[in-house]
Amino acid sequence: MRCGSALLAVAALVGCAVQASPPGEGAKTAMAAIEGGRYVPLYGDGEPVEVASFRIDRGLVTNAQFFDFVRAVPRWQRAEEPSLLMGEGYLRHWAGPLEIGSGAKAARPDAPVTHVSWFAARAYCDWREKRLPSLDEWELVALADESSRDATDDPAFHQKILDWYARPRPDPLPPVGSTSRNVWGVEDLHGLVWEWVEDFNSVFVTGESRADGTFDRQLYCAGAAATASDARNYAAFLRYAMRSSLQAGYAVGNLGFRCAADAA
Amino acid sequence: MEPTKIASRLVAGLAAALGALAFLPAGAGAEIRGEEKAVLTDPPEVPAPIARDHATKVIVELEVRELVDDISDGVQYTFWTFGGTVPGSFIRVREGDLVEFHMRNHPDNTVPHNIDLHAVTGPGGGATSSFVAPGQEAVFSFQVLNPGLYVYHCATAPVGMHIANGMYGLILVEPEEGLPEVDRELYVMQGDFYTEGRYGDPGLQPFSMEKALEENPDYVLFNGSVGAISGDNAIPAQVGDRVRIYFGNGGPNLVSSFHVIGEIFDEVRVEAGSLINRDVQTTLVPAGGAAIVDFALEVPGTFILVDHSIFRAFNKGAIGMIRAGGAENELIYSGRQDERIYLPEGGAIGAHPGEAPAPRVAASKQERIAEGQRIYQANCMACHQGQGQGIPRAFPPLAKSDYLNADVDRAIEIVAEGLSGRITVNDVDYDTVMPRLGLSHEQIANVLTYVLNQWGNSGGEVTPDRVAEVLTGP
Repeated sequence: MRCGSALLAVAALVGCAVQASPPGEGAKTAMAAIEGGRYVPLYGDGEPVEVASFRIDRGLVTNAQFFDFVRAVPRWQRAEEPSLLMGEGYLRHWAGPLEIGSGAKAARPDAPVTHVSWFAARAYCDWREKRLPSLDEWELVALADESSRDATDDPAFHQKILDWYARPRPDPLPPVGSTSRNVWGVEDLHGLVWEWVEDFNSVFVTGESRADGTFDRQLYCAGAAATASDARNYAAFLRYAMRSSLQAGYAVGNLGFRCAADAA
Repeated sequence: MEPTKIASRLVAGLAAALGALAFLPAGAGAEIRGEEKAVLTDPPEVPAPIARDHATKVIVELEVRELVDDISDGVQYTFWTFGGTVPGSFIRVREGDLVEFHMRNHPDNTVPHNIDLHAVTGPGGGATSSFVAPGQEAVFSFQVLNPGLYVYHCATAPVGMHIANGMYGLILVEPEEGLPEVDRELYVMQGDFYTEGRYGDPGLQPFSMEKALEENPDYVLFNGSVGAISGDNAIPAQVGDRVRIYFGNGGPNLVSSFHVIGEIFDEVRVEAGSLINRDVQTTLVPAGGAAIVDFALEVPGTFILVDHSIFRAFNKGAIGMIRAGGAENELIYSGRQDERIYLPEGGAIGAHPGEAPAPRVAASKQERIAEGQRIYQANCMACHQGQGQGIPRAFPPLAKSDYLNADVDRAIEIVAEGLSGRITVNDVDYDTVMPRLGLSHEQIANVLTYVLNQWGNSGGEVTPDRVAEVLTGP
């Protein structure tokens, strides 16, 4: 873990000695304690959902941190033949299985790791003795802006998020912590990359068949608004649409993650 | 049963069976022979007519790309596109064809996308089957049952935002017998755009959700940018050409009153269906709809495509141009034949006995400016705009205008005589027409004094004497 910080100082990555064991207390203080509460999900029965108190990483998992992980757990190193769990394109933005790369176009060690499947994200959090946040946990903490725990009634809050989509994705991605920090002290929830959550597909997949559920009606065209709790929350629509387009084995270029844990 | 009765029952039964069949479009059940890859074109081009006399399997490969491009001079927007252009690639198939559709979402894109083709018979028009995350591809097939010109668009939530960002295009399903041959086929599609800044505000302009919800666009465009098919990009043609425009309206909000100034549509396929209307001046094209218009170019000149909800053309960019070269036909259109002073019989309407009021004469520079402002608002502002900023590619700016400030005498001549032909103002070329305005020397002096003392121009005063000197010589 400490190697990760060293990596920020020196661009050379190969040969960096890494601890093979999960980090200790240091990583825990990097988490924000979130007080539980109620919120109305974009899709649901319109009733508020109760979310228990939890802790969540202030920052997204970086390339350097994920590098530590694959060094320690070799079966998660990029392979010639990616497994179903890694997904096509797993860590493709790295120069090699154990090399993030260097140069102007290379991925930055301090940037969020992307091109990771849900399986890989889960395995990482597990290694850190944490877990992925639930969709409700993520949405609850993402209601906040710099000064308020719930900024959803502020049109400027939504517009700011939408402005993010108006900008092309920077290549390579900038460092974590470079976009925003909300009142909980959690960074980059909006403005850097999409994030995996534990139950990313829970909203739409209701059974064996997508057709039997509310999938079609909710996601497409005007039907998307008919069942939503807030038809003006375009930023949330984009998030839900993104999540429901995913499968657990996808490794996508603008999709990263952070870990969470139950309240201490 | 008597044989005649049996026969008549058979006939009745057959007629009923045929009647039931008549509810099925002709394309249904067509025999599919062979396979080909669809040729896709960027606007304003259209793929060549289909020569086949049978249905086939057509493979369409369409890639969604999110990209930053100019929406106007000096103004950028992040477009979401089907095939890299707004509108998206033009798809041309034949009634009865089986389309194998490959929907690709480029890995660098930020959001998932899908496609709803109005030519599809099936739930969602393909939306569910084509829904893909960045870096994924989905394949689905459909048979095109009904001929016509159909809009396609992205239908991923929030659908209005996907459409507002440019995610629409046209798919033409030719009838079995084809369409009448013409000389020039064009692809033009209207769309409304909502930016945080106002029309012309420079820089990268993000999508404004508030304006989109209020249905109050800053830009109404043909083919995705101001000047996409006007000015230097005007579409060339020749006198004698028969022109067909495949005109679509992506919306997301506005309905188009599509009109070509100086032309009459000989034929319009109303709403791009099988109803043909003739001799049409303006055809209404709904959001998510299309029309096919045919007309012949009988005389040379520039024919301007507009949404005749005319403020959109004048102030929001909905202008296109077809520039027809060739010989004049003065029988059809003479041009100006004569020009003279018009004096109604019995003098001015409403004239009453007594002294006519003397023309207003400015006694000071301040009065000249005040009077000039009134003249400007009545005669100039519609084109040169309230702050003298002009309209990109159409009307040059007067504010901080190098062309204006360099030669005030020339400006006097232009206001008096009008101007046509190419000029360069602040490094941008303009090639449009300013009419003569019929102002008096006093009025020319006033309006120019006003303009010279606004918007960072060089100041000074133009007197009626100077106007007279310039126009008639010392």
